[in-house]
Amino acid sequence: MIITGTIYKFGNDVNTDEIIPARYLNTSDPKELAAHLMEDADPQFPSKVKPGDIIVADKNFGCGSSREHAPLAIKAAGIACVVAESYARIFYRNAFNIGLTIIECPAATLEAQTGHVLRIDTATGQITNVTLNCEYSAKPIPPFMQELIASGGLMEYVQKGMMK
Amino acid sequence: MSKPMTLGEKILAHAAGLKSVSPGDIIMAKLDLCLGNDITAPLAIQAFYEAKGEKVFDRKRVVLVPDHFTPNKDIKSAEQARILRDFAREQRLLYYWDQGECGVEHALLPEQGVVVPGDLMIGADSHTCTYGALGAFATGVGSTDLAAAMLTGKAWFKVPATIKLVFKGRLPADVTGKDLILTAIGRLGVEGANYKALEITGPVIDKLSMEGRLTMCNMAIEAGAKTGIVPPDKITRAYAEKRAQRKPRYYFSDPTAEYERVEEFDVAGMEPVVAKPHLPSNVVPVSKARDVVLDQAIIGSCTNGRMEDLREAARLLKGKKVSPRVRTIIIPATPLIWRQAMKEGLFDIFMAAGCIISPPTCGPCLGGHMGILAKGEKAVATTNRNFVGRMGHVESEVYLASAGVAAASAIKGRLALPKEVRGANWKQGVKK
Repeated sequence: MIITGTIYKFGNDVNTDEIIPARYLNTSDPKELAAHLMEDADPQFPSKVKPGDIIVADKNFGCGSSREHAPLAIKAAGIACVVAESYARIFYRNAFNIGLTIIECPAATLEAQTGHVLRIDTATGQITNVTLNCEYSAKPIPPFMQELIASGGLMEYVQKGMMK
Repeated sequence: MSKPMTLGEKILAHAAGLKSVSPGDIIMAKLDLCLGNDITAPLAIQAFYEAKGEKVFDRKRVVLVPDHFTPNKDIKSAEQARILRDFAREQRLLYYWDQGECGVEHALLPEQGVVVPGDLMIGADSHTCTYGALGAFATGVGSTDLAAAMLTGKAWFKVPATIKLVFKGRLPADVTGKDLILTAIGRLGVEGANYKALEITGPVIDKLSMEGRLTMCNMAIEAGAKTGIVPPDKITRAYAEKRAQRKPRYYFSDPTAEYERVEEFDVAGMEPVVAKPHLPSNVVPVSKARDVVLDQAIIGSCTNGRMEDLREAARLLKGKKVSPRVRTIIIPATPLIWRQAMKEGLFDIFMAAGCIISPPTCGPCLGGHMGILAKGEKAVATTNRNFVGRMGHVESEVYLASAGVAAASAIKGRLALPKEVRGANWKQGVKK
């Protein structure tokens, strides 16, 4: 899959309370959650983000709580992909489990700025910053995680009887 | 002879039916327990039904605790809590608590002997790592992992490398498990242990109470860790034997087990610390932050809402008044703790001091209810996170500390050390 989209850039340690504040966790409705995505980091974010946009962040994206509402809100807002230098463990796991595409690529995050256009080939891990005309190679996705993606997420993996 | 392993690796290997495991291995393992709460379980239950789930794999091993927004704070929360109640009844779950029986999950499960030493468990709550204090391997996951676990009784794990923390030296007065783990997080950083396990050891830990150990393992996630785990010993056995609802299994690390690295902490000369906004790793001695003026103090949560914490707060608050500008909210973490605190007369002390006593709930820790901060307000809290907006308004601030520091600060109206409020007749080590 080729993803081309406009970047919103965030820094280190973007935590799940910033991605979706707990005051909105009295619902599991993805659309309602998406309406508050990242609003404590940038109050205008939910109104300006468009389907197909890309979130780029530095180290430890998604740290903090285990709330799956965080990747769900990102996915429901139409974010095509998250690219970060690194991810917090539970967020990483949750994103794959629900089928949100996330990529680890320290080099690509270094120069990325809000407004740049990024092109990502998820199959090869080739990332191009179209604005800067720079290319980067992302860390390959581990084989087991690729199996999860190929199955369509963890629940599909379970239903296919692969959880052995 | 089989490969030397850490106790965490041994638990994972046993659960996966393997002779040994190594860091980086991806394994499919049988779970002793899986856990969800009123925020995470509704999504898991929805996924369970969408996958055409009819019966959970074992009604004695799926645990639901509605503790975050309960007693229901609004209509939406009430609907979420109802999803758990209906599911628990339909599936005849053995471990579901409601009404006056419910408490904060990570205080309730050890107290009730639901989780036992040697268990492998996942919980759709990041502080599931708390149970490592019992010598169990417990880790936080999301709702979809919980759904898959409810269906199959299994989960996949990437075996983590282990960082060994060794605490040595003579523990100074007023330095608690909370101060030890905050100091460790300060050194490791909030992602310093990402994807790793922390094995928490040393002569200081050997003498630390189970409550202090629960506090320490609870916050392993704040360094990014997959779990925090304390090798079981006499203290573990004494705690487990009184309450275990299943047979404990005690695992120990081999002397030649491999660690990614060892971090040593000399506790002699340590002072009580706080984590300043907005990261749990932003740790400084309380003595360097005494100019922080407060609006609220919270003593409670899965981190520090147990008897030891309430007793320490009561010792300091006895015969004193909290500052009129500091709303001081005491949240005993479970009904059993609540009744015990009542029996010991702690509530008289708290109420005479001007504190508010809450029913057990996660409440303000996550900015849910029962003590939300207004714009610009500052709170000292015995909780575990101080991210932007964690306890309320995006421009409010949370300072993380022990129960003693929180109580002393409530009296002084600013961050304060326990010794600043103690009477002249106080003697070190005197209980109650």
